[in-house]
Amino acid sequence: MTTDVSPSFRGTRLASKDIENVVEVDGLVVRYGRGDRAVTAVDGVSFTARAGQVTAVLGPNGAGKTSTIEVCEGLRRRTTGTVRVLGLDPAGSRADRAALHRRVGVMLQEGGIYPSARPIDTVRQYCGIHSGSATSSPDELLDLVGLTDRRRTPWRRLSGGEKQRLSLALALTSRPDVVFLDEPTSGVDVNGRDTIRSIIRSLTERGCGVILATHELDEAERIADRVVIFDRGKVLVEGTLDDVRKARQAVRLRTIRPLPLPDMPASIADWLHEVEPGHYTIEDAPQGLVAALAVWLSEHGIDVIELRAGVASLEDVFKKLTGGEP
Amino acid sequence: MSGPLRAQLGAELRILVRNGEQLLLTIIIPVLVLVFFGLTDVLPSDLDDHMDFLTPGVVALAIMSTSMVSLGIATGFERNYKVLKRLGVTPLGRPRWLVAKTLTVMVVEVVQLALLVPIALALDWNADDARWLLALGAVGAGTIAFAGLGLFIAGRLRAEVNLAAQNGLYIVLLLLGGMVVPFDELPGGLEAVAKFLPSGALADVLRDALVGAGSQPDTSWIVLGAWAIAAPVAAALTFRWE
Repeated sequence: MTTDVSPSFRGTRLASKDIENVVEVDGLVVRYGRGDRAVTAVDGVSFTARAGQVTAVLGPNGAGKTSTIEVCEGLRRRTTGTVRVLGLDPAGSRADRAALHRRVGVMLQEGGIYPSARPIDTVRQYCGIHSGSATSSPDELLDLVGLTDRRRTPWRRLSGGEKQRLSLALALTSRPDVVFLDEPTSGVDVNGRDTIRSIIRSLTERGCGVILATHELDEAERIADRVVIFDRGKVLVEGTLDDVRKARQAVRLRTIRPLPLPDMPASIADWLHEVEPGHYTIEDAPQGLVAALAVWLSEHGIDVIELRAGVASLEDVFKKLTGGEP
Repeated sequence: MSGPLRAQLGAELRILVRNGEQLLLTIIIPVLVLVFFGLTDVLPSDLDDHMDFLTPGVVALAIMSTSMVSLGIATGFERNYKVLKRLGVTPLGRPRWLVAKTLTVMVVEVVQLALLVPIALALDWNADDARWLLALGAVGAGTIAFAGLGLFIAGRLRAEVNLAAQNGLYIVLLLLGGMVVPFDELPGGLEAVAKFLPSGALADVLRDALVGAGSQPDTSWIVLGAWAIAAPVAAALTFRWE
């Protein structure tokens, strides 16, 4: 498994480093169907993604993430709104779209490769298609994603993680200025995740903007610089990872058994938000509350798994905002 | 040839060679039909030499196999596997994708003709009267018509339904298309319909071009031309890339 990114892949910083916002979405609306059957998948979404940063797009199923990203990739038409990728309109003139296709890397959530195709042939095909802009060789790309030993194995016989890494290699054939990665670590083992994180870091180091759609909040928390949380077609929050987490200072409490909330003093119980039985959070806790809680738990012999004060985890923020699982 | 087109054509040919069922459909079945019926002379043809009936029919069958069924099934699965969606965000572009597909079909057809014609000659087919340029024109028109039909079906249906539909249509057009069963052997109503099918029209114009024995070549050229215009237009209007 390769975890070091080769020097030739790192290359020089991008010529477009002067573009600060690689993706700008303003008031995007995407509707499917017509008349009574029309469904609004994306409802007035606005956000930006910056060069040299990883922007994680989070949200439950059906939140509008994929529709939004596919509009940015040029795969889907928007109903209204403005979208600019590297300053160009993905639904604009043929020249705009051709320019974007040379500078944008796309990793689909799944598929995109013929089952009988071998990794070496597929990467060669995509390097050939990007013949004007590809600077990494097929062998370099396969080495980069740790598939050199599987270069002649048909795609259908690759593991889920190997398929993801091959798909990532295809997204990198053009040495893109912006990359859209849809669930890049889904089904990938620990070593494979290290490889993918290393590649993403190398992309941002050379100024590439990475837009990452994922359900895996831990993964987003590890590598994202900015976070955009979607729910029901709208953006609930957007900002740097630190800002989003700090905005929701929280105390997190996990107990072995559910707390007897009705029996607890109101001065403590009123602050407790029950995420699920045995899992509680307190937002904006007043001074002394955590100490009082700790004393009460101790006096009543309640076994505590975790009592942590500080910034909220991304998972806490996500659940609070969307009311559910990613 | 541009780099993207060359890369895509290479990928198309590699995939074709790796798919055994495609080779069975496009190469082995037409060769077996030609050899079996060429050696047994059991076809109910009115022509003096049964090879004069069989050879144009098998060439038409081969063209239909490649340009409709093979192309249609492969494209349907490419939609299903999101191969087309993935290619849609590359500099390849749809026109070059279509050219790569067309060139792939042409390469297969050249291989088919390079096998079928010598085999037919080896089975005592007399090609002295063949008008080859006219026959190539018929092959070209037939290819466009069948490719349009194949893509029309592939562009709307799910991959598995498309597979069944293409194979089902293949059998229907094979039996009703004057390829191995003469029109006048079909029941009255079916005979009238069969002459307006693209398979029937192609077999008839090929029979006219190769052995001078078409039943209604002028009408068949018009029918084939109409299919060659209508089918690609229908495919272009209805094709879904995903």
